[in-house]
Amino acid sequence: MKKRTYQKAWLFVLPVVLLVAFNAVIPLMTVVNYSVQETFGDNVFFWEGVKWYEEVLNSERFHASLLRQLAFTGIILLIEVPLGVAIALAMPRRGPWVSVCLVLMALPLLIPWNVVGAMWNIFALPEIGLLGKAINGMGIDYNFTRQPVAAWFTTVLMDVWHWTSLVVLLAYAGLCSIPDAYYQAAKIDSAKPWAIFRYIQLPKMKRVLTIAILLRFMDSFMIYTEPFVLTGGGPGNSTTFLSIDLVKIALGQFDLGPAAAMSLIYFLIVLLLCWVFYTLMMRNEEQ
Amino acid sequence: MRRFTWLVPTLYIIFLLLPIYWLLNMSFKTTNEILGAFTLWPRDFTFDNYVKIFTDPTWYNGYFNSLTYVVINTLLSVSVALPAAYAFSRYRFLGDKHLFFWLLTNRMAPPAVFALPFFQLYSAVGLFDTPLAVALAHCLFNIPLAVWILEGFMSAVPRELDETAYVDGYSFWRFFFKIFVPTITAGIGVAAFFCFMFSWVELLLAKTLTSVAAKPIAATMTRTASTSGYELGLLAAAGALTIVPGAFVIYFVRNYIAKGFALGRV
Repeated sequence: MKKRTYQKAWLFVLPVVLLVAFNAVIPLMTVVNYSVQETFGDNVFFWEGVKWYEEVLNSERFHASLLRQLAFTGIILLIEVPLGVAIALAMPRRGPWVSVCLVLMALPLLIPWNVVGAMWNIFALPEIGLLGKAINGMGIDYNFTRQPVAAWFTTVLMDVWHWTSLVVLLAYAGLCSIPDAYYQAAKIDSAKPWAIFRYIQLPKMKRVLTIAILLRFMDSFMIYTEPFVLTGGGPGNSTTFLSIDLVKIALGQFDLGPAAAMSLIYFLIVLLLCWVFYTLMMRNEEQ
Repeated sequence: MRRFTWLVPTLYIIFLLLPIYWLLNMSFKTTNEILGAFTLWPRDFTFDNYVKIFTDPTWYNGYFNSLTYVVINTLLSVSVALPAAYAFSRYRFLGDKHLFFWLLTNRMAPPAVFALPFFQLYSAVGLFDTPLAVALAHCLFNIPLAVWILEGFMSAVPRELDETAYVDGYSFWRFFFKIFVPTITAGIGVAAFFCFMFSWVELLLAKTLTSVAAKPIAATMTRTASTSGYELGLLAAAGALTIVPGAFVIYFVRNYIAKGFALGRV
């Protein structure tokens, strides 16, 4: 059935628009304002045009953090999505263990992000942490506060710990929506487990998985608190992702112009990639 | 082969619980034991860290502040999202699709981008360092989320329900609150859960918008960690306590979660 055209529906969305606009439009305009001006304090501003944009786009520092960000997002997507699907496939479909699994798995999602960082810090410290002690005990020299490789390993492991559950819950919900009749039909055809996965389960999970990838992409691209608490962006700059770098410039050095220009470039990158995902997702839905 | 599938979720849950166990373990140890010896469970079992948190106002006020803005934000987000989601699911109006995408873009905005302008904006309107400031700021990503989730649930309700009610002589608002809202309680539960969750776990904006009076627990923790050296036991105890509200909420909505996810709206 088609939706009715009703222009007064705008009144229904008005409170939402006002609240979100207050939080989104005004700050965004402030950022745009800063990004084209130079200040020496005392609220005196000079027009600078696109100078800051050029500076940011040509700076090696920005390229480096963007590259680290892309690498990080790529790695965690490659681990979390297949792992999440595998766990969802192995979960019980009914029975008392379902709620136990769901509650325990959702637990990491509800822990404040700085606590996640602090928890992993304590967990991975080489001297007093269980993980650090265990890895060192196996004869591998491991210290995430000094070795860039160890810092990356710990950050990725922390993110897998923190967010794989989201993929699991989504994939599981997708699996639960498959009617039993599909499996019975597959049984009659004596289909192999791989065939069941490829032709029944995967197509049914397509929609939720797109959303899982979209969400994981967005959130990992904005990651700030967890690595900041865990490694502080170090050792050196090895885990300085885009948000950490941005906050360093904006609130640490108070370089408003470059920070604002970087903010906008950063936001546009996220927006562009999400728009691509969103369009693909909607096209899938229409088919 | 199928007999061992239960191993996969079990191992995964053990992996999830290990860091949490370690946090609890630390929280019951004395500082001496933490720094002095590596022990798998506390030898010198102590509640001192928890006692300190429950008796020191700078600590327990942190929890109180956090819960205040989280609850305000959840109530606000869900209540303004309800009519908006109804409009998106039932009517077509000028610019509806663009508006929906614009709302979603705010879910995509990195909070780091907005940290500084938020600080200036909320200082200018005189809300800086109040729970209300954080509650309003978190609306940036929670309202779009709530609209998205609720729209999914509402679109699943057949439109005949609305029409039958009008034929029966219900006015719009009476229909909305007496019939429509009760049919989508599950959706409201899921939306409220996610608003609670994202507001509870966010730190960057909450920290930027508060200084002393409304300092959230997360900020109290980071400041303790940096100023008074290494009070790991205390930090661990504070961290362990932040898990409690989340665990509580998740227990209540456990049956709705799978349903909410099934609609693919998170």
